[in-house]
Amino acid sequence: MSTAKKQLPRVIPCLLLKGHGLTKSVQFKDFKYVGDAVNACRIFNEKEVDELMFLDIDASRENKKPRIEFIKEIAGELFMPLGYGGGVTTTQEADLLFAGGVEKVSINTAAYTNPQLITDIANHYGSQSAIVTVDVRKPLIGGYKLYSNGGQVPQKVSLLDHLRRMEDAGAGEFVINSIDQDGKMSGFDLKLITLVSEAVSVPVVALGGAGNKQHIFDAVQAGASAVAAGSMFVFHGKHRAVLITYPGRRELKDLFGIV
Amino acid sequence: MVTIVNYGLGNLGSIVNMLKKIGVPNILTSDPADVVAAERLILPGVGHFDKGMSLLHERGLMDALNEAVLRRGVPVMGICLGMQLLLEGSEEGKLPGLGWIKGWVHRFPNMQDEDGKPLKIPHMGWTDTYPVAGKRLFERWDEDETRFYFVHSFHAVCDDPADVAATAHYGIDFTASVEHGHISGCQFHPEKSHRYGMKLLTHVYRQEATA
Repeated sequence: MSTAKKQLPRVIPCLLLKGHGLTKSVQFKDFKYVGDAVNACRIFNEKEVDELMFLDIDASRENKKPRIEFIKEIAGELFMPLGYGGGVTTTQEADLLFAGGVEKVSINTAAYTNPQLITDIANHYGSQSAIVTVDVRKPLIGGYKLYSNGGQVPQKVSLLDHLRRMEDAGAGEFVINSIDQDGKMSGFDLKLITLVSEAVSVPVVALGGAGNKQHIFDAVQAGASAVAAGSMFVFHGKHRAVLITYPGRRELKDLFGIV
Repeated sequence: MVTIVNYGLGNLGSIVNMLKKIGVPNILTSDPADVVAAERLILPGVGHFDKGMSLLHERGLMDALNEAVLRRGVPVMGICLGMQLLLEGSEEGKLPGLGWIKGWVHRFPNMQDEDGKPLKIPHMGWTDTYPVAGKRLFERWDEDETRFYFVHSFHAVCDDPADVAATAHYGIDFTASVEHGHISGCQFHPEKSHRYGMKLLTHVYRQEATA
């Protein structure tokens, strides 16, 4: 076994689409308007972000179809890997998203009833393009619970059973979203990240709770291969003024002690 | 005109978007006749090596590709799996590759980082990439730091070190790009690599357009 230089993890702004705008939640509620989606994307593109992820919360909460034309409009101007999630229930929808320039399609609600969708996407586009996102809540008593439909519908299957099933189906990456930590900017649920990353072999993306660079570092130490965040990259200061920021590559290398 | 070979594997939307952005006319085709007549070719693709080769055979694209690239000398760039297919074969499968570049595609070994944590396969993310001096792909490349977006579990090993156009490091040093005359390939995704990829494709297609 050879030892190697550390790899810089991917740092992924995760943006919530609502109408033609972006919004940001706290614990999946209390939505605050952030700005125009196309404009925000242009800024993230200029900042040369590693990757971008869009979740359409209208689609996931209200069982609406993905807005293919709108996503295509956004993707046409973005030259980094782009992930999309929200309302994808068929391979035809995934085909249209991929043809429009989306690199990864995230399946959340549909994954509980139709794992074949993951398999079909992985077979055709490679497993790296088939993301499964899970929304997780930690009740006061007992283990982690999964929720679908934008955090509204509890699922019976256990977290690790679900993830293993999805890995078998062909998922190439998991986005683990903590509902409890969402928008709090107080750090990730590190126990959750470690639990999941030790149980699966594909990359795990931590989402929910990032407020500063140290949180990013902690999530990677806990086992995440990549880190996603919303509030951290769109809000500034204690009054949560909207300001799009993203750490520079040198800044991230220093954080991880990479020369 | 750049002809993008659509043999049914992978996501071609972002290649089209990038070429459109830099003003390079292109068509997406699965028709062997278009491939034979191409001025320049891009061979994209992600996924399993044998699946890629079988699809090229099934769709009648093998002869078309050989005719264009070997007999007519049409410049070709393979991207990701498309680059791996340029070689003679892969540990991933049993079928022979196109064999235009001598060498073989190997799986990354089990590796760990300085902290003793296993490196995940696939290698997915942005990695510093080092162009080799004198290669056409990176001619007059004046970036201090070059990085590209990679997603792969296998990497090409060229028989002739002179065919290596760029290297990168993930646990081991590996070949990030190949070039043998008019045949070239990138393991990374230039179409998803911001200004670095935009620069590479602009450079290649403007250069070939004026050559």
